[in-house]
Amino acid sequence: MEIARRKPDLTNQNRWMPNNRWRNWIGVIPFFLFIIAFVLLPSTNLFIGAFQDSKGNFTWENISVLANPYVLKSFSISLQVSVITSLAGGILGFFVAYAITIGKAPQWMRNIIMTFSGLAANFGGVPLAFAFIATLGHTGFITTFLKTICFPGTGGVQTCPFDIYETGFNLYSLTGLTLTYIYFEFPLMVLTITPALEGLKREWREASDNLGGSTIHYWVFVALPILMPSILGAMILLFASAFGAFATAQALTGGSIYLVTILIGQQIRGDVLNNPNEGYALALGMVIVMAVCIAGYSILQRRTARWLKS
Amino acid sequence: MKTTKYNFWGIFWAVVGLLYFFIPLYGTLEFSLRMIKGRLSFEAYRIILEDPKFLESFRYSAIMGLITVLISVMIFLPTVYWIHLRLPSVRPIIEVITILPFIIPVIVYVFGIIRTFSRPPLQMTLHPFTTDILMVAGYVVLSMPYMYRALDVGMRSIDVRTLTEAAQSLGSNWLQILLNVIIPNLRIAILSGSLICFATVIGELILGDFLVRPALGPYMVLIGRDRAYEPAALAILSYGLTWLCLGLIQAVSRGGTSQQLTGR
Repeated sequence: MEIARRKPDLTNQNRWMPNNRWRNWIGVIPFFLFIIAFVLLPSTNLFIGAFQDSKGNFTWENISVLANPYVLKSFSISLQVSVITSLAGGILGFFVAYAITIGKAPQWMRNIIMTFSGLAANFGGVPLAFAFIATLGHTGFITTFLKTICFPGTGGVQTCPFDIYETGFNLYSLTGLTLTYIYFEFPLMVLTITPALEGLKREWREASDNLGGSTIHYWVFVALPILMPSILGAMILLFASAFGAFATAQALTGGSIYLVTILIGQQIRGDVLNNPNEGYALALGMVIVMAVCIAGYSILQRRTARWLKS
Repeated sequence: MKTTKYNFWGIFWAVVGLLYFFIPLYGTLEFSLRMIKGRLSFEAYRIILEDPKFLESFRYSAIMGLITVLISVMIFLPTVYWIHLRLPSVRPIIEVITILPFIIPVIVYVFGIIRTFSRPPLQMTLHPFTTDILMVAGYVVLSMPYMYRALDVGMRSIDVRTLTEAAQSLGSNWLQILLNVIIPNLRIAILSGSLICFATVIGELILGDFLVRPALGPYMVLIGRDRAYEPAALAILSYGLTWLCLGLIQAVSRGGTSQQLTGR
């Protein structure tokens, strides 16, 4: 009897349709319940909150927080950090990926770079900030090391030209934050762009050489146009990861640099905007930036797939 | 055939990359050993490892990690299995849902969680226990992209339909199929997904910080604010832990594929 009842489950064909359809969805119900409770509900709450006043009536007012000079400043600092780190990290990562694929770096270097890319791309947050404070902070390893490089100067006074904090460097500033972010961004670039570089066919290089093209011709007219969607796509990924980062900036600067994420953190703690609903609008602004990024990424992905498939 | 002629720029950029990796790492290691003036010692590590607050927060985060792994396997394994068996048409929707944590910044997500569950009628943040439920739910969501992907890749490599039909024709029920047939075949995928999930929970700051629970992340921030050498030691320890998790994943997935029962 057991078997007789179970058998139709296998074939699934000659069953009464509505019942069949309902049974098909049973297995994914826990997943969707979980998603509705812990993803959909909080997100819609934020979204609706962005368009409500304190009494719960619909309003466009909150969106005007995005024109608040204080908030605009934080968006522009966040965008600035994200653009600079994704460009610098992306370019460095591209060259390192070039080194371990076409650049024919020794095998042991390739192995170490691939392993450490996986590691460093996952090494973010608070410990990363600690590592940079220990290296480039006031008493950090490099700072103290560079201080000891001194030359006998005029009048018997030694000059130490590499005291970086004397010459204007400060780890707890935008520059420091940028250097720190690059530590997890360029490995991310190496990981995402290496497959694309490996996909460059030797025949393309040979064809370019046979037609009399130089190395520069090959890169400018063949390789880079093919790689461009992958490079841009990967950089968007870097941009998004820098834009959403909170822990590293918080631990490094103690919240003294007003990134959007830091501002939202302060809004959660103590409503610095004096209106909880404006906090929702702030969050909405961030999600919109991220959504644009992901849309751009998926468009570029589709263009990349065209080349890598053939 | 193999050309041993090295390209100057290739070597140059590889060395630049390696330096960027190793200088901060070496700097941190050296700094963490300098606590006692004039000589190298493990004093900073000793202080951290003997700090009851460290042990407490590490234990808390580790337990949270294990619970998160358990819950997320319980949610995602049946889902992925079901999608492969019955509802392949739903896969694109679920794939989009599972990458949502990459699109929504963690701080925004936590904001949403707090504003939704800390208010009437739910008010879950009033008690430690209900807050911990929120923490686990948050961790499950944050590690969802990794866990789902690991299980999906694993499920692709086995013939779900044949295995299920074979088990059914031998008289197994759904629970038996999952426990005795699917899970043993997917143990490598489950293990690597679990390790990433665990590593995510251990390193997470924002949830523990804003829900005010004694997790490892907030402890680290506290140490970073008050101490000089101990944070460096913590960074090295955490680097080591990440290395361990990723190394285990690599070791597991390399040895594993040939041992799977069925492959396509």
